[in-house]
Amino acid sequence: MPEPRLALSGVKKSFGDVEVLHGIDLVVNPGEMVCLIGASGSGKSTLLRCMNGLEPVDDGEVRLDGVDIAEPGFDLAPIRQKIGIVFQSFNLFPHMTAYDNVALAPRRVLAEDARTRIEALFEHFGLSAHMTKYPDQLSGGQQQRVAVIRALAMRPQTMLFDEITSALDPELVGEVLDVLRSLRDDGMTMVLATHEMGFARELADRICFMDKGVIAEEGPPDVIFSNPQKERTKQFLASVLR
Amino acid sequence: MTTRRAAYEARQRRRANLLAGGSTAVVLVLLIVLVPLAPGWEGVQASFFNAEIFARTFPDLLSAFLINIAIFAWSVPLIAALGLAIALARGARAPVLFPLRIFGAIYVDLFRGIPVVLLVYLVGFGIPGLGLPRPWNSPYIWGTVALVLTYSAYVAEVLRSGIESIHESQRNAAVCLGLSERDTMRYVVLPQAIRRVVPANMNMLVALQKDVALLSFIGPVEILRQAGIFKSLLANFTPYVAAAVIFLCVTVPATRYADYLMNRDRNART
Repeated sequence: MPEPRLALSGVKKSFGDVEVLHGIDLVVNPGEMVCLIGASGSGKSTLLRCMNGLEPVDDGEVRLDGVDIAEPGFDLAPIRQKIGIVFQSFNLFPHMTAYDNVALAPRRVLAEDARTRIEALFEHFGLSAHMTKYPDQLSGGQQQRVAVIRALAMRPQTMLFDEITSALDPELVGEVLDVLRSLRDDGMTMVLATHEMGFARELADRICFMDKGVIAEEGPPDVIFSNPQKERTKQFLASVLR
Repeated sequence: MTTRRAAYEARQRRRANLLAGGSTAVVLVLLIVLVPLAPGWEGVQASFFNAEIFARTFPDLLSAFLINIAIFAWSVPLIAALGLAIALARGARAPVLFPLRIFGAIYVDLFRGIPVVLLVYLVGFGIPGLGLPRPWNSPYIWGTVALVLTYSAYVAEVLRSGIESIHESQRNAAVCLGLSERDTMRYVVLPQAIRRVVPANMNMLVALQKDVALLSFIGPVEILRQAGIFKSLLANFTPYVAAAVIFLCVTVPATRYADYLMNRDRNART
C-alpha cells in the first residue's frame, strides 16, 4: 500500500461560533480522483481550502505526503507548489495577459523561465491563440482553462478544484470538464467539489457525500448514485437528479 | 421615416433647448445691466480689469509660472515615492515592523492635520533658521519639502484605500501559487491598486498645482509673488486676475481630464 497523497483525520473548522467541519476523516491515494458532493453550505469548499492550508484548521491533522501541514505555525510556502487549486471564480490577475498569469509563479517561485513548458500547456489545452489576451477578452470557459494551466505550471502532484464549472454558462461547462478528463488520463491526483453529478459518476474513483459538515456517506460512484445507504444521501440525490 | 416616439422626443428636445437658452440669456442680461450699477463698479473695473496692465504684466507672469511648474515637477516624483512607502508601511503586518506601522499612522495624522500654509511657514522659515550653509537654506528646497510632507500623507491614504479595495480572492490566488507576501503585493495587488486610484490622484495633482503658490509666502518669486510685486509697483490688482487666468488655463483641463478618468473607471466596473 503506497503512502496516501492526502490523509485527513479529525479535521475541525469553525468560522466564529459556527463549526462548519465537525471532524473529517478522508484519505486520497496517488492517482485517485475524489469528488465531494453535497448541498451548498455543507462544507465542501471549506474542506478543500483546509487541504492546502488556505484555511487554517482548528483541530485534527492534514497530512500531505506524510507531512502534517495543519501543524500550527507550519511554513506553507514550500508545499503550495505540490498542491494546486482552481477556484469557482477563476481569480485570474486582470492586469496580466493569459501567458503572464501563468508565467508569474514559475518565474518568481521556481526561478525558472518556463516558456517552452507553458507554451506546451496552452497548446495542449487548445488555447495557443489566446496567450497574449487579457482575462477580460476571454470567455468564462477560456479563463477557467487558463486558471487550470496556471496551477499546472507549478508542476503540482495534487490538484484541488472548487466548483470550477459553477460560474460558467451551461454551453461552456463541457470544455472545462474535458480539461479535467485529460488530467485524469495523465494520472493526476484530484479532489473536486462539484455539482456535475454526471461527470462525477463517469470519472470519479470515489464519491464523498457531505452534509452539515461531515462526510455522511462515502463509496464508489455506482454505489452512491444507484444504491445509496443513508437516507440523507437519497434525499439529496433525489433533489439534484430529477 | 420618423417613428411616433422619435417625433415626440425631438419636440421635447427643442422645448428644453429653448427654455435653457432663454433663461441663460436673462441671467446674462441681468448681470451686464446690474453689476455696473453698483456704486463701486468704476473703481473695481479700473483696479481689477485694466486691459492695458493685463497685457503689460501677462508675459512676466507667464515666465514666473515656469517656477511653479518646476517646483510642481520635482515634487510629484518625491510625493509618489514617499506616499507609496507610507502606504506600504501602514499595511505592514509582521510584528517586527510594528514601529513602521505606527510611524506611518502618526505621519499621516500629523501632516494631514496641519494646514499646508502653516507647514510651509514652519518648515520654510524654521529649518533654514538652523543656520544651514548654502544651498541648504534655500526656500525652494524647504518649501518643496513642506509640500511633499503634506501631499505624500494624502497620497498614502488614497493608495492604501486602493490596496484595500483589491479583493481577497486575488491575494488568495497568488498565495496558493506559492508567491511570497512581498511578491503578491508587488506583482498582483499594487499594480491593480495603483490603476484604480489614478483618478483620485489626478485630483491631488490639481490641488498641488494650486498649492505651489503658497511658497510665495517664504520667498520664491513664482507667479503669485510676481503678481504681488506688480500690484505694489502699479498700485493695481489686475496682475492677480491675470495670474488667476493662467492658473485656470492649467487646472480646468486637468480637472476635466480627472473627471473623465473617474467616469471611465466607474463605467468600466458596472
